[in-house]
Amino acid sequence: MSILVDKNTKVICQGFTGQQGTFHSEQALAYGTKLVGGVTPGRGGQTHLGLPVFNTVREAVEETGATASMIYVPAAFAADAILEAAEAGIKVIACITEGIPVLDMLKVRAALDGMDDVRLIGPNCPGIITPGECKIGIMPGHIHMPGSIGIVSRSGTLTYEAVKQTTDIGLGQSTCVGIGGDPIHGMSFIDCLELFEAAPQTKGIVMVGEIGGTAEEEAAEYIKAHVTKPVVAYIAGVTAPPGKRMGHAGAIISGGKGSAKDKYAALEAAGVATVRSPTEIGARMKELLGA
Amino acid sequence: MNLHEYQAKQLFAEYGIPIPRSVLARTAEEARKGAEELGGNVWVVKAQVHAGGRGHGGGVKVVKSLDEVAATAQALIGQRLVTPQTDDKGLPINMVLVEQGLDIKSELYLGALVDRSRRRITFMASAAGGMDIEEVAAKTPEKILTTTVNPVTGLQPYQGREIAFGLGLEGKQVGQLVKIMQALYQVFIDKDLSLIEINPLIVTGDGQLLALDAKVNIDQNAIDVGRQPELAAMRDTSQEDETEVKAAEHNLNYITLDGNIGCMVNGAGLAMATMDVIKLHGGEPANFLDVGGGATKERVTEAFKLILSSPKVEGILVNIFGGIVRCDMIAEGIIAAVKDVGVKVPVVVRLEGTNVEQGKQLLANSGLNLIPADDLTDAAKKVVAAVNQ
Repeated sequence: MSILVDKNTKVICQGFTGQQGTFHSEQALAYGTKLVGGVTPGRGGQTHLGLPVFNTVREAVEETGATASMIYVPAAFAADAILEAAEAGIKVIACITEGIPVLDMLKVRAALDGMDDVRLIGPNCPGIITPGECKIGIMPGHIHMPGSIGIVSRSGTLTYEAVKQTTDIGLGQSTCVGIGGDPIHGMSFIDCLELFEAAPQTKGIVMVGEIGGTAEEEAAEYIKAHVTKPVVAYIAGVTAPPGKRMGHAGAIISGGKGSAKDKYAALEAAGVATVRSPTEIGARMKELLGA
Repeated sequence: MNLHEYQAKQLFAEYGIPIPRSVLARTAEEARKGAEELGGNVWVVKAQVHAGGRGHGGGVKVVKSLDEVAATAQALIGQRLVTPQTDDKGLPINMVLVEQGLDIKSELYLGALVDRSRRRITFMASAAGGMDIEEVAAKTPEKILTTTVNPVTGLQPYQGREIAFGLGLEGKQVGQLVKIMQALYQVFIDKDLSLIEINPLIVTGDGQLLALDAKVNIDQNAIDVGRQPELAAMRDTSQEDETEVKAAEHNLNYITLDGNIGCMVNGAGLAMATMDVIKLHGGEPANFLDVGGGATKERVTEAFKLILSSPKVEGILVNIFGGIVRCDMIAEGIIAAVKDVGVKVPVVVRLEGTNVEQGKQLLANSGLNLIPADDLTDAAKKVVAAVNQ
């Protein structure tokens, strides 16, 4: 069992007729994603890539029964697009757009807080894929393979490293979720860990983190208390120099946490198998699974 | 994007946050004239650079005569200021702010930022303000008061009162602090800030609250979508790394580092991981460079130029995992760049992902001295070996 999306998931694309929306919709269709239409305000009634275009998400949902959306609209309008999808009844929203103003995301998160059945993935992320079934995002489909590893990552291309390795050693992936690198985003590591833990097909979990914030430390605590499946974690940025900064507020709020060293320490204390190079992710997982 | 103190204080003034009287000066003469206009017999001359810790770096001087004002301004302007928050080259001082000297009874800290883990704007305050606030936060976190703002209601007066009483303020000061916090919140929202900070917020001898310093950081995404044109116009590129500014013009995310191995990678996470692996194998990265998801031939060429603009670079590692980007297109970019720019140092290339075979073929047939690598570990070992030859 995959998480969040599978071969029956009906998907629409917001920003459907734009350059990005068009390209990645074509790719999704080629992969076999059940893309059922798209939204571009003002172009409702037209046909694009052989699929219907709608003016609003609400219309698209009513006409197609879509439950998932991928968003490729420009940064200035992306918050609006996320909220439109959520209000129209979309349950899995993957927002690929990067560069959304942080105060926009703050409002979006506040609005989504009361909508527990809506899952926002991203923004500024590669999206979500259940190999062989449903690709919603910009990841190269061909490196994936249906299998047993759940992958959750803050970084785009670094996710592909983990994917390729788990494919190369024959484990494959149940579902891969790129949760995005923005300070305020949708699904967290913990949200994904919870779903992977509950999904029988997922035998092991790969977590790819980065310096900054405390999401990895929070995930470590969660793993310690709730996750029984083996977890392999890699944190990028051990050698990154401390960022140039202004003022003290960032250091005060993080209480000195957030470095790769802190994150590794927290994860190791939680019993997570950590690797210092992303090239060791696959082998370490194989070792843990005794495969 | 950062603002200078004097610019941040202009914003403060617009929003009714009390600030000391001050004059901006670009020369010693302007500083002397400014001090004369301000009057009094004590002034503070403050270097205007985009970094905190200016006091520690000798960029903030209290002076007691007009001659001293001029001499201090003379000594600072044109120099570079190194503080605990800059690198060891420091930042150029092009201006100083001459401010009236004040009778300071106590120094508080007040700041707000976008708080990732709470997904809200959080205010922080401390009665132990001044230069060593980070130490206070690390050693005695209980001395930091915080309050988090619900975006629907905005900052409520009670939140300000809680902070005010927590800081030990009394009488009229409580109301003053509430007003200051509400103004900070408003400017934060209106101007798309990611951080705002008053350190110190002083209580004067006659019991008034005043923002003695001002730090403002603007969300770059808001600038990039064109939402804050007035603030964007306040940018001072002299305070930024020259190469980084140039990189940004080409939509490249570049940070200068100290090593001798240039890196060109797509994706910030993979770029950091590449640096980590280089170091793991005994090398030192010369830069962080993310060519982004939509890398084109032109951007790859510009990326090579940037990397090679550092004389320290003795080898280059290209690590591309093609998702949206096709490896054959990247290979063409590398070939064009190596020919155009005249790359003399060894270049190790690791390509993976979409159209990887075509990409590798192009590189192999190019007749150029490019060292192919199979994976990141292999690439790192090869580039470290190449620079150590």
